[in-house]
Amino acid sequence: MTFLNLFKRDADKHTVLSTGHVVPDSARCVQCGICSYNCPIGIDVRAHAWRGEAVVHSQCLTCGECVARCPRGVLRFEQTDLFAKGES
Amino acid sequence: MRYVIIGFGVAGIAAIEAIRSVHPSSVRGGDGGGVEIVLVGDDPHGFYSRPGLAYFLTGELHDKALYPRTSNDFKRLNFGTLRGRVTRIIRDQRLVEIDGKPPLSYDRLLLAVGAQAMPMKVTGADLDGVFKLDHLEDAKRILSHVRRGKTVVVVGGGITALELVEAFTARGMKVHYLLRGDRYWSNVLDEHESEIVEHRLQEEKVQLHYHSEIAEVTGHHGRVNGIRLQDGKTLKCDMVAYAIGIRPRVDLAKQAGLAVDRGILVNEFMQTDDPNIFAAGDVAQAYDPATGTSILDSLWAPARQQGYAAGLNMSGRQTAYVKSAAFNVTRLAGLTTTIIGMVGRGRDDDLVGIARGDSETWRKLPGAIVAQAGFDVNRLRLLVGERTLLGAIVMGDQKLSFPLEKIISGNMDITPIREKLLLPNAKVADIVADFWTKYQTAAVNN
Repeated sequence: MTFLNLFKRDADKHTVLSTGHVVPDSARCVQCGICSYNCPIGIDVRAHAWRGEAVVHSQCLTCGECVARCPRGVLRFEQTDLFAKGES
Repeated sequence: MRYVIIGFGVAGIAAIEAIRSVHPSSVRGGDGGGVEIVLVGDDPHGFYSRPGLAYFLTGELHDKALYPRTSNDFKRLNFGTLRGRVTRIIRDQRLVEIDGKPPLSYDRLLLAVGAQAMPMKVTGADLDGVFKLDHLEDAKRILSHVRRGKTVVVVGGGITALELVEAFTARGMKVHYLLRGDRYWSNVLDEHESEIVEHRLQEEKVQLHYHSEIAEVTGHHGRVNGIRLQDGKTLKCDMVAYAIGIRPRVDLAKQAGLAVDRGILVNEFMQTDDPNIFAAGDVAQAYDPATGTSILDSLWAPARQQGYAAGLNMSGRQTAYVKSAAFNVTRLAGLTTTIIGMVGRGRDDDLVGIARGDSETWRKLPGAIVAQAGFDVNRLRLLVGERTLLGAIVMGDQKLSFPLEKIISGNMDITPIREKLLLPNAKVADIVADFWTKYQTAAVNN
């Protein structure tokens, strides 16, 4: 375990990126589509926002383009994997 | 059983989703419950994001990106579409008349026909080069006239007028913005907030003209070449665009003898005074049992919620539409702004009635004390009631807008922080953040 702890910082950063998701606040969304339009992978982020679901998509780069471009602050990053909490 | 829905907007689509949640279509493994759904509308572009037009106009978005649904999505919902203008509702025969098409019978009918821009009634308003912004067709027409370096005059107030100003600025045009009063959006924003917006517009080289009312659009060979103000002053321009308010499209309902005030009157189940006819979205004036009043909203989220509630009620699942605190997020001169609950009062000379992206709730402020913080681009104003927060405006940094929406719409008791909030020079943002963190921690521990 001690050995593993050497890599803990890196592992944390990795955890955030791998378990963090783009999460919408549907009440703010007007389905304009700027998010989907700007996604480099072509993920339909807007459809997730309509359903109020986190963008859990194997190809999502968590690049933040959709979060930054949304004119209404609908999207944010959140660590949605509750099981990752408290792991050491 | 046939459900007819008039209107291609978000309320109509949400209603179809609700109906299909009760009667799943055969595509999704159900038998459709013997329910046929027909969507009737006259917008040639079908369902698209109307609020998104602002970003199409600035050039941030391609018009093809405005459509939230694919044809496959629609197939899954299994409904028929009829393009055409409904001319009459014959209630005793449960029929709708559609221009150039045979009449359509209904068992349940939803009116989700939205609202339309108030016309500007001045001489010359019919000249080539005068524009309103109602739908995608208007936006395309505007863009076909936009030229870098040309001059445009914008008339009106509220969000749409400002979106027009921002679009023309982004397109490199010279913009004159006429305001009848002494500041922007005076019945929702306070003096300081108006000033922040106006200052940012001036930085973008927008020329603001206060106490200025348009008297006439002048033209040459049928094309706009300028305007004359009521005080006699003139301005040369190539285009005029206006957004002076909207009017719910109540004509059909009126003609059919349904109860109509400013919008179509519906109870909390989105039902009109004819039990087979429902209304939702911008056209509906919905009864709010909490206040005993009927309110007009012109916002996307309530339209969607009302449409969904209407669809459930049409399908026999009695579900009240519970109005939450009126809430909108918008960009004012590039500044993300959230407006929640009751924030202002009085009238705005630049708007006739309600504007698009507007809620009447925002102007129903009773006696309340104001707590505020930040006097630059990050500004926070809270309307503090006896035990609850009544409203808030969050400009710039949006970290607190989510908790504030929950605190206001949940009528949370703010007694523990009320006094602190009202102290002179109170750190309002910190107090709210602290209150929210404690509330969340308590919620987790319980």
